[in-house]
Amino acid sequence: MTVPTLDIRDLRLGFKTYEAYIEVLHGISLSIAPGERVALVGESGSGKSVTARIVLGLLQLLRSARISGSVVFEGRDLDRLSARERRRLRGTRMTMVFQDPTSSLNPVYRIGTQFHEVLKRADPAMNERAARERAAQMLLEVSIDDPDRVFESYPFQLSGGMNQRVMIAMALANEPALLIADEPGTALDVTVQAQTLKLMRELVEHHHTSVLFISHNLGVVREFADRVYVIYKGRIVEQGPCASVFERPGHAYTRALMAAVPRITGGGLPDIGDEPRDFSQPLVVHESRGGHA
Amino acid sequence: MTPTILIFVRRVGISCIVLLGVSMLIFAIARVIPGDPARIALGPSATAEQVAKLRAELRLDEPIAVQYGHFLSELAQGDLGISLYTNRPVVVDIAQFLPATLELIFVAGAMMIVIGLPLGIASARWRGTWIDNAIRMIALLGVSAPSFVWAVILMLLFAYFLPLFPIAGRISDTFAIEQVTGFLFLDTLIAGNLAAFGNAAWHVILPAFALALSGIGQTARLTRANMVETYDKPYVEMARSYGVPDRRIANRYAFKPSLIPSLTIIGLDFAAMLGNAFLVEAVFAWPGLSRYGVSVILRKDLDAIVGTVLIISATFLIMNLIVDVLVTIINPRIRYSRTAS
Ligand SMILES: Nc1ncnc2c1ncn2[C@@H]1O[C@H](COP(=O)(O)OP(=O)(O)OP(=O)(O)O)[C@@H](O)[C@H]1O
Ligand SMILES: [Mg+2]
Repeated sequence: MTVPTLDIRDLRLGFKTYEAYIEVLHGISLSIAPGERVALVGESGSGKSVTARIVLGLLQLLRSARISGSVVFEGRDLDRLSARERRRLRGTRMTMVFQDPTSSLNPVYRIGTQFHEVLKRADPAMNERAARERAAQMLLEVSIDDPDRVFESYPFQLSGGMNQRVMIAMALANEPALLIADEPGTALDVTVQAQTLKLMRELVEHHHTSVLFISHNLGVVREFADRVYVIYKGRIVEQGPCASVFERPGHAYTRALMAAVPRITGGGLPDIGDEPRDFSQPLVVHESRGGHA
Repeated sequence: MTPTILIFVRRVGISCIVLLGVSMLIFAIARVIPGDPARIALGPSATAEQVAKLRAELRLDEPIAVQYGHFLSELAQGDLGISLYTNRPVVVDIAQFLPATLELIFVAGAMMIVIGLPLGIASARWRGTWIDNAIRMIALLGVSAPSFVWAVILMLLFAYFLPLFPIAGRISDTFAIEQVTGFLFLDTLIAGNLAAFGNAAWHVILPAFALALSGIGQTARLTRANMVETYDKPYVEMARSYGVPDRRIANRYAFKPSLIPSLTIIGLDFAAMLGNAFLVEAVFAWPGLSRYGVSVILRKDLDAIVGTVLIISATFLIMNLIVDVLVTIINPRIRYSRTAS
């Protein structure tokens, strides 16, 4: 059996504030095989972004965060790594694509400079010229035909869709094992978002990159992912291959999420007050590992 | 780079118009203050004929618009008139006293940037820690007293009780430096006298620091505030998630966008030093423009008043111009928009 790219076991997260201790993740388990695209779906505040931030090793830097459970990345337990070693993985073995591409790029540096910075993460000695070549190659892969112009541009000079392509190119330039996409492009126009997602899908397939795809939109997930985990209030309530989850959603929350999909104009979840107990009954029950209360 | 040049040219034009306005204003005000300049210059023992003769020479009996016309045509030839107090051309007087003031301001400005910005960056990078708290205390202290108060305190502490620095003046009397530019830092180097250069530098530290303290405090506070805001921006999160080291994020990715809003204020602080320098110069017996400015005003030395004010306004405007250009260089949005204001 191959080593999974990412293996999360019984992950718990709480925040200690002055008044109280709030638990946000109540024991999440999730696994991504090499080259697999896995979606994590749930409503706002369910704990998707914090999960991503733990995988990246960012939340570990926060004093108020209490984290337990294990996150194993390419066979390495992140807990055993120092903060420095976790930082080394970021931008090289795992990268990230964000919600709003334009505001995720630094407004006062040219795309070229920012691309160079990303490439230097994997190869600190890389010079400007080599960076330019590599970036041009990646930009061509995301269907940008005039990489030179983009290279010289500032983010505000490019469209949102262009910036999103640049972000995708940056994210894949160092050939990471895992790409985390946190609601990628939701700040964009729906059609542009669909286009860039399609592009991203083709590219990760081509590069055989594993993806943790975070979304609240099941419609988008269906297009993109192989497998889906549904997260509700810090618990995984359902998981399985996309096709089967979509065909026979087992959990009331999944059904509610699915019912919410066609309502593009918003309004969020429909009322589903009849069987409230269904919501606190996870379909997936993880065997508890010793040591965690 | 064309838009930058365009902005520059426009700012120069605006500055000239402002200078013209200032000259009219100060020209009129100087003549409205009570007292007869000719009488003050000649003293109580002068006869009425002598006073009338000087008034005629100064064209004081002509209409003010005509006087102003003469002033402008002389100004066009680089002539600011004669000081009744020193009996020398005002231009010569200013050339003697201005460099001392400018030297003081430049050193203070450099301190403001070299000390204030790093303090602000460190404060933002380690916000909420003891480092941040210590820096914020220092910055608050700096802005809480005007510079002449700092001048007195620093002089008492570090020149009087603890004689680390000279108590007054620009350079020790033992050095005789030929005046070429008027800037001691340059003149000592031109003379090849490094000991004198060191001595001049040693003299400028305390007054410049007194002058810079509130600017240092303000720069640090402003930089911190802007950077703390920038730290919440998605592009900083992005840099983090790509593993860019904290130091690099602080010094580059969070700092540069934060510098744009800070820079204008820093420029204004720089210019404000021009005014504050007068009092600091008085405390440290610094032979700058302040002593000259005060005495010519008391003596109602018309040409000298107008000349001094004009030179100070021009310096102020030039500093603002430099800041504007720096802002356009740092901020690509201005550089690349045609509708730049
Ligand atoms: N630094 C923090 N301190 C305290 N609570 C936090 C912190 N970060 C996140 N939380 C809490 O953790 C919960 C999960 O947040 P998270 O950002 O993961 O939600 P999400 O599923 O990504 O939602 P969205 O779809 O809105 O992005 C939220 O209730 C949030 O308030
Ligand atoms: Mg989120």
